[in-house]
Amino acid sequence: MTKVLRLDAVSRRFGDRQVLDGVSFEVTAGRMTGFVGANGAGKTTSMRIIMGVLAPDSGEVTWAGSRMTREIRRRIGYMPEERGLYPKMTVRDQLVYLGRLHGLGHDAVRRNAEELIEWLRLGERAGDPLEKLSLGNQQRAQIAAALIHDPDILVLDEPFSGLDPLAVDTVVEVLRDRTNRGVPVLFSSHQLDVVERLCDDLVVIAAGQIRAAGARGQLRAEHALPRYRLTVDGDAGWLRDHPGVHLIDLDGAHAVFDLDPSADDQQVLQAALARGPVRAFGPVTPSLAEIFREVAQ
Amino acid sequence: MNTFEAVRIVAAREIRVKLRDKAFLFSTVFFLLFAVAATVAPALLSGGASTVAVVGTAPAALGAAGLDVRTVADEAAARAQVRDGDVDAALLSDGTVIALTDAPNDLVNALSTRPAVELLDPSAVDETLAVMVPMFFGLIFFSVSLMFGLQIAQSVTEEKQTRVVEILVASVPVRVLLAGKVLAGTVLAFGQIALIAVVALAGMRIAGGDSGLLTLLAPAIGWFLPFFLIGFVMLAAMWAAVGALVNRQEDLSGASMPVQILVLLPFFAVTMFSGDPAVLKVLSYVPFSAPTAMPARLFQGDAAGWEPVLSLVLLAATTVAVLVAGARVYEGSLLRSNGRTSMAAAWRDREARRLADLETESA
Repeated sequence: MTKVLRLDAVSRRFGDRQVLDGVSFEVTAGRMTGFVGANGAGKTTSMRIIMGVLAPDSGEVTWAGSRMTREIRRRIGYMPEERGLYPKMTVRDQLVYLGRLHGLGHDAVRRNAEELIEWLRLGERAGDPLEKLSLGNQQRAQIAAALIHDPDILVLDEPFSGLDPLAVDTVVEVLRDRTNRGVPVLFSSHQLDVVERLCDDLVVIAAGQIRAAGARGQLRAEHALPRYRLTVDGDAGWLRDHPGVHLIDLDGAHAVFDLDPSADDQQVLQAALARGPVRAFGPVTPSLAEIFREVAQ
Repeated sequence: MNTFEAVRIVAAREIRVKLRDKAFLFSTVFFLLFAVAATVAPALLSGGASTVAVVGTAPAALGAAGLDVRTVADEAAARAQVRDGDVDAALLSDGTVIALTDAPNDLVNALSTRPAVELLDPSAVDETLAVMVPMFFGLIFFSVSLMFGLQIAQSVTEEKQTRVVEILVASVPVRVLLAGKVLAGTVLAFGQIALIAVVALAGMRIAGGDSGLLTLLAPAIGWFLPFFLIGFVMLAAMWAAVGALVNRQEDLSGASMPVQILVLLPFFAVTMFSGDPAVLKVLSYVPFSAPTAMPARLFQGDAAGWEPVLSLVLLAATTVAVLVAGARVYEGSLLRSNGRTSMAAAWRDREARRLADLETESA
């Protein structure tokens, strides 16, 4: 059976503000689950509840069917929203320390630390105090800290913020390696293009409620508008008068249009072919940004 | 990994970091030099026996007192040598002692006859020492608990400020962090004191100091150690709690003011009232001043045998209560990230309790 990290009807309020309202979603083993939402939507609170930093008012968090305990949490790799490591400790020392606190033996922790230092290209700086590193390198060290104990689950709050494109690639490579080994990865991000590129599954949260959750492709299909793109050799202006067609954009030979539910896309294609060669025709799938905008309102 | 193992790992990190801290190393070296200077230097500076120019035959008493005797021809030669600083003093044939500014004590003592003295109620302790020793205990307890206490608070604030604490509490209980920090602070403070004590004692031995003083000090120091240990743990729990209240190092001095006062006031009280047995007796039972006041009374020979035991029990009981309260404030404020937490808010915060309950339910 595939292992699943599950939030089940988790609610939490701070004072009179309901921050999470019946939040349920799953993070499946071996998949990258992107967690998106506006600032204050409840991403960080959800992650802190998973990590046992906050308690839910109601609902529960389970891993492979069992209630979350400290023993399980010790096997999670966590990257908090606001970056935190010891400024005056060397990268290597803090990796070793955190690994030991997560229950790793002395030799295993040394081995893992060297492996991560090399993989994340921190080799030359591993003996320097963290505060002497560039922000990008500090971020890499933070990721190494989340991975030091070979976690069974990864929970990363905004892991890509503050990374340059090269570092993003390095981190993606490392995370992919983990999902390939069957680790579920939950990561939040407000950079929708990064999420678009990376996630297998997507969870959209707004005002403390889950607005959409599922496989990326499935979500795109579900939220696809009856929208099409057509490129012909001549002028596509005739579409304006075609029954059931609502033109969205027309630029000479290129057109983007919506179809009435009753209208048949194949019939539009035939009409186009009857007027001359068709260079491109097909449905337009929405970007994550569009889905996000649609569901998060 | 059990709780003790986790506490050990946390404490080991604190100690490692401190042992690499230049300020800590510098202060330790400074204290050690101070201890050496205070014990060895007086013997070196006193310069040994005086030299005496004697006109005529030197009385046997001078040689017996170990004075450096030189025979000179006449009074004029003796005066010249004293004036030139070749000798400390001169003894003329009529028994007159000549010196430049004041006569050396060892020479005057060697030439004097003393009456037999019998004291009916001998005071074991020199009056200067009766003031100096309590001050010394006070100074050590005050400076060490202030320095190491502040470092505990800073280390707590650092973890909160950098949010590394979120990673930590996901893997170990909050109380383990607290215990590790208090343990590390205590080990470091105690270690530094022990090192200074060893160096000071060795210095006294090398300098050939007063062994009678050592005999008098021994029981006071013997009791000072357990009082110091427990008293420090009590203060350490308070320092950790105030460290957790603030989000930034800059706010620490304000938030820790009550604890600073609890360290400072007893120090001044014990120093000021070291000559007043009644006040000192009260102070020796108040947990915050007991670690310095009780050893002081023991040194002055004013405390009965059972008194330090009772005072230590009181101190230990208070320490347990402070640990429980400190842990609650620490738990209640450590994960609150929105600015400075008030003591009352930290006390009322139930997040830690709820998380612990969840943990028990799930287990």
